[in-house]
Amino acid sequence: MTSANARWVAPRPAAAGTTWLYSLLPLLAAIALAAALHFGLQPAIGPFRTNVLMNIGINVILAVSLNIVNGFTGQFSIGHAGFMAVGGYTAAAITYYTSFRVWGDALMHGGVLSGVPANGWLTAGDALFVGSCLAGGLLAAVAGYLVGLPSLRLRGDYLAIVTLGFGEIVRVLLQQSDSDIPYLAADVQRMSVWQMARHLGGALGFSGVPFYTTPFWVWLFAAVTLLVAFRVKRSSYGRAFLSIREDETAAEAMGVALTRFKVRAFVLAAFFAGIAGGLFAHEIGTALNPRELGFMKSFDIVIMVVLGGMGSISGAALAAAILTILPEVLRSPPHVWPLGLVAIVFVLMVRRKAGRRAALTLAAVTVALEAVRAAALWQGVNLADYRMVLYALSLVVMMIVRPKGLFGVREIWDYRPLGRRRAATVAVG
Amino acid sequence: MALLEIRDLHVHYGAIHALQGIDLIIEAGQIVTLIGANGAGKSTTLRTISGLLRPSAGTLAYDGQSLIGQPPHEIVRRGVAHAPEGRGIFANFTVAENLAIGAYARRDKGGIARDLEWALTLFPRLRERLTQSAATLSGGEQQMLAIGRALLARPRLLLLDEPSLGLAPQVVQTIFQIIRAINAAGTTILLVEQNAHMALQTAHYGYVLEVGRIALHATAAELAASDRVRRAYLGVA
Repeated sequence: MTSANARWVAPRPAAAGTTWLYSLLPLLAAIALAAALHFGLQPAIGPFRTNVLMNIGINVILAVSLNIVNGFTGQFSIGHAGFMAVGGYTAAAITYYTSFRVWGDALMHGGVLSGVPANGWLTAGDALFVGSCLAGGLLAAVAGYLVGLPSLRLRGDYLAIVTLGFGEIVRVLLQQSDSDIPYLAADVQRMSVWQMARHLGGALGFSGVPFYTTPFWVWLFAAVTLLVAFRVKRSSYGRAFLSIREDETAAEAMGVALTRFKVRAFVLAAFFAGIAGGLFAHEIGTALNPRELGFMKSFDIVIMVVLGGMGSISGAALAAAILTILPEVLRSPPHVWPLGLVAIVFVLMVRRKAGRRAALTLAAVTVALEAVRAAALWQGVNLADYRMVLYALSLVVMMIVRPKGLFGVREIWDYRPLGRRRAATVAVG
Repeated sequence: MALLEIRDLHVHYGAIHALQGIDLIIEAGQIVTLIGANGAGKSTTLRTISGLLRPSAGTLAYDGQSLIGQPPHEIVRRGVAHAPEGRGIFANFTVAENLAIGAYARRDKGGIARDLEWALTLFPRLRERLTQSAATLSGGEQQMLAIGRALLARPRLLLLDEPSLGLAPQVVQTIFQIIRAINAAGTTILLVEQNAHMALQTAHYGYVLEVGRIALHATAAELAASDRVRRAYLGVA
């Protein structure tokens, strides 16, 4: 009896000697998976879909990291793109200017460029790129610390305004940077570090950043982000974050240091957002300019978190994937009934009788969407022109049908088919 | 030496002078109750002790050391646990997770497991519901969880805010029996109650708070016998 209950508080399986190996395994699996995506999937799907694949990964990093602040801790940040911008510009500047200093130009120095035959694997250029992404993450984390500080005293809407203000300050500062980016080695050699930090392209954006971002690096960082988020959620740290979200006063009375944990949430989230910015900056087909990283981007990330379910990591990741693909898919809308059927079967399996109403709603939505598609085809209307309307409409429907998001605070595997729902995965240990 | 010694404590909420210089002494090993009407400042007193509120003046010594200016988590670490009014249950957590948060400030795994076992022995209902979401508990069970969670901090001083609030008389009886058992096991308790009858039956010593001031204090038996308390708080003409 005693041991059965004690296990609930301290599940410590592995023997002490093997623990480090045990904790390394998921990381190795992540590297293997990222490599498989890179070498296996990339050649098969072509450059366009590879780009979508990378965008999904970057958005997964952004949504999952924002989820630490908005989902776990219950704070409301709408300035996540600000951290992304700090990280992105830092990484871009480091890669660009260091390339000139070391190699005399900013072109690719090795690395595997997406869709281009390999010209090396894990080269010096890759090392510079990864290092600059990490540096961008660290600087973003510092910014997260500074933004986190006022959150000691502010809650809800007030904090949201502070984060919004932060995002705008970053955007305007970048816009005011010098638009003259040197493209001659001799010019760069003459610049001081301070001057480099001021020549970031202004409103036109930072052009000429080499394209080091590949599915491998994106998905490796995405996997690490997911791993850290899960580890945090299942640790005593995560319990502290979630208790703040549940009831700040009670959490404080239980001995959770409110201020410390709120700031930690911001720092952690900002670090990963900074890395996502670095990946974005070095991606082919993206423009690193202040407009792209304004509050619209912040809202996109918030929508992913809300849609996935505040506090649900798998929800945030899935929502990030769906919302990245959706605008692309809507360019030429396919049939939706197979997807609707899968969703209905899923709901019925998980909720059984209780899921009947949800299943009916899903069926109605599916039929309605098919009707719209058929009508458009019949009338010769190009739905792609209205894709952002459809995108917005699907968000509205989603929020009406399921206001707590896809999974609420739970994870996808907490919904077991044909069984009782488990409570949220907040481990005890 | 008294476990907790409060001298001339003042607390303001903006312009409102909620506590106007109270003195309160809690001897180790006792149950001390603080009774009074709505708005007398009972919860304010508890919240000030546990560091959730900052006093504007006065001293607050626990175990000979001042608690003033200490953050709540430090106060919990020193052995003061607070089961707040309205229970403050984490509704999306399971019962087990709620209990685990109580031990948040601790690192001694063996001790935590022992205290968990003790809390589950005191509240067998919680043992049955360990894996259940706390939102599904009844009011009485939630109160049990709030007290059990506070016990997992292994407090030397346990602050209980209105444990009988909104509960059926029978459940109130059970809760107060358990409060006595907790005290018998060596935990000093400061009990804030509107149910003066139950509180004075349970406590060793009592304070009567009236609009921010201590109006009376005596042993619980003396208070229960005093005309003023009987008229104002026990509903006896």
